[in-house]
Amino acid sequence: MIRFILIQNRAGKTRLAKWYMHFDDDEKQKLIEEVHACVTVRDAKHTNFVEFRNFKIVYRRYAGLYFCICVDITDNNLYYLEAIHNFVEVLNEYFHNVCELDLVFNFYKVYTVVDEMFLAGEIRETSQTKVLKQLLMLTSLE
Amino acid sequence: MPSVKGDGMRGLAVFISDIRNCKSKEAELKRINEELVDIRSKFKDDKTLDGYQKKKYVCKLLFIFLLGNDIDFGHMEAVNLLSSNKYTEKQIGYLFISVLIEQQSDLMKLIVQGIRNDLTSRNPVHVNLALQCISNMGSREMVEAFCTDLPKLLVSGETIDFVKQSAALCILKLFRNSPESFQPGEYASRIVHLLNDSHMGVVTSAASLIEALSKKWPEEYKGAVPLAISRLSRIVTATYTDLQDYTYYFVPAPWLCVKLLRLLQNYPPPDDPSNKARLLECLEGILNKAQDAPAPKSKKVQHSNAKNAVLFEAIALIIHMDSEPQLLVRACNQLGTFLSHRETNLRYLALESMCLLATSEFSHDAVKKHQDTIINSLKTERDVSVRQRAVDLLYAMCDRSNANQIVAEMLAYLETADFSIREEMVLKVAILAEKYATDYTWYVDVILKLIRIAGDYVSEEVWYRVIQIVVNHEDVQEYAAETVFKALQNPTCHEIMVKVGGYILGEFGNLIAVYKGYTAQIQYKLLSCWLDLSSIKTRRLLHPSFIKIRKRADESRESKSQMEDKMASGLSEQFSLCTMSSNETLYLC
Repeated sequence: MIRFILIQNRAGKTRLAKWYMHFDDDEKQKLIEEVHACVTVRDAKHTNFVEFRNFKIVYRRYAGLYFCICVDITDNNLYYLEAIHNFVEVLNEYFHNVCELDLVFNFYKVYTVVDEMFLAGEIRETSQTKVLKQLLMLTSLE
Repeated sequence: MPSVKGDGMRGLAVFISDIRNCKSKEAELKRINEELVDIRSKFKDDKTLDGYQKKKYVCKLLFIFLLGNDIDFGHMEAVNLLSSNKYTEKQIGYLFISVLIEQQSDLMKLIVQGIRNDLTSRNPVHVNLALQCISNMGSREMVEAFCTDLPKLLVSGETIDFVKQSAALCILKLFRNSPESFQPGEYASRIVHLLNDSHMGVVTSAASLIEALSKKWPEEYKGAVPLAISRLSRIVTATYTDLQDYTYYFVPAPWLCVKLLRLLQNYPPPDDPSNKARLLECLEGILNKAQDAPAPKSKKVQHSNAKNAVLFEAIALIIHMDSEPQLLVRACNQLGTFLSHRETNLRYLALESMCLLATSEFSHDAVKKHQDTIINSLKTERDVSVRQRAVDLLYAMCDRSNANQIVAEMLAYLETADFSIREEMVLKVAILAEKYATDYTWYVDVILKLIRIAGDYVSEEVWYRVIQIVVNHEDVQEYAAETVFKALQNPTCHEIMVKVGGYILGEFGNLIAVYKGYTAQIQYKLLSCWLDLSSIKTRRLLHPSFIKIRKRADESRESKSQMEDKMASGLSEQFSLCTMSSNETLYLC
């Protein structure tokens, strides 16, 4: 299952943190710093997977943002790697060529996108068409 | 400033802009405090606040919290937002609650009440919000309050699709938090039946729930097996126009396929012949697709990743079944092609997956065919985690036929390996050397080499073991004594070498004392020299051995002087023992 999802920029600022298991606030802070340190030292010669405590992180970098999903050691790496990409494509469509600032100013909407596609630490919906249709409908509501 | 979606909440956007424009941490804190003071006062005059404003302020508080500041008010207002009829207001209320409110909060009862109201609402969007909140929090009170209602909601014919999706995963969350609150009972067959739902999103969510429930109650959920197989079969044989919404880069429903393949790993291979045949057909189909010429439909890495995600899970199922030699060998061959793929991800995953194949008797030999490629990976891969998988694989595929070569390669690698992996590697090499030694002299050589290369990482269990083996195998004792003696003559020696060497010489030094240059007295001087440089712990440990060696040295000197007397009386030719003079040089220190 997914333990947490993080979107961080290269400087280490968190643009989204979604937790699927309990951590105290200071534990969360420590995790965020560790993840940042872990993924930013890696480059093209590395895999997109890295062992992290007794979990693993599947991640991909998009421009200045690192999208990281922390999952169990026994989980399927490529499954989550493409889940990230699927999610990014939805964000891109929803925000019309998404950029980091969109995620900052619309932070409360990003959670809505996440909850459409992921819930309870599992993948909930994978059809971009269906997700975008739902998001558009919700955007029209008062 | 980029455009803000929907209703905007202009005040929020302005505030965020202000924060971003702050030139320093102090300026930022100042601006935040100004805002907090303002919001606090606005909340005091609660009667004048409309829903929109409450939403805006709660959202600002949330933003401030996410920046890393503590928020000690606003919780009540957030809970109040739940009673609004407006989606945007509810959404912010739920978001604040799920991010900020602790499980033990006093407000939990009110929150549960708010959720209950939304769960029974006629508006599916509100029901969905409530389900998402439960899924994000899953507190004790929520489990108690909703564990009986949620399954009803999930299986009811009146529940619409997107609510079902959330309900399935919501139940999963509560089940994980307190499995004892659920019974398999009445809902099992109806939940299983969700695998046949016409909405693929419902199937996707339900598959995760069923996978978890079937782990706990395999008997009650075994009906899922034929349904999972038939669904998988339909997807794998679908053309990409069949599943339009769920086709990703020309791969039909990859995530659902992986979930179904995972679910099937909770069960042994199906007994029923037609189910089994259908499953094998699926697996063959997946393997066939993997062999498709590269880039028939799409050159994009997303296409191959999605396809390979399914492939790797299918291989995991084939390994789990461990009953189809043909499939195991085919899987192995497919993975073999990935070992030299240009993508590091695939090389890594192939090595990892092959490790499991190596342990199956059906595919063990097929794996061994790739030995040279794997050894090459060990030497040339630039990502240390890939090299690690190569080590694990070499370890798993080691047997009597290739042990010598594999141990030699691992020792060579150890000389330059990352410090973080050395201890594990030392252990692995030691285990292999012991397991596959046909000749214990080889084993002794390997362990001593380990000590020489990576002494700091040789644990007690490893060097205790080599001593134990030497003690228990008479035929290797003389060799061991000779070898450690030579090792101790090196100008540098790890302290563990001193411990091992000292002990072995203590026990078996007499076996070599007859040889020139290896006499008891030389052994004694050699060990004395090393002990002078060793820690107190080592000296204490080796004290008994040292005494034994010294005693032998004394005895030999005594017998030597007796011998000299006899020589003096003319009987020297009878003795061919080496004589040691006090001027004998030692290659030491």
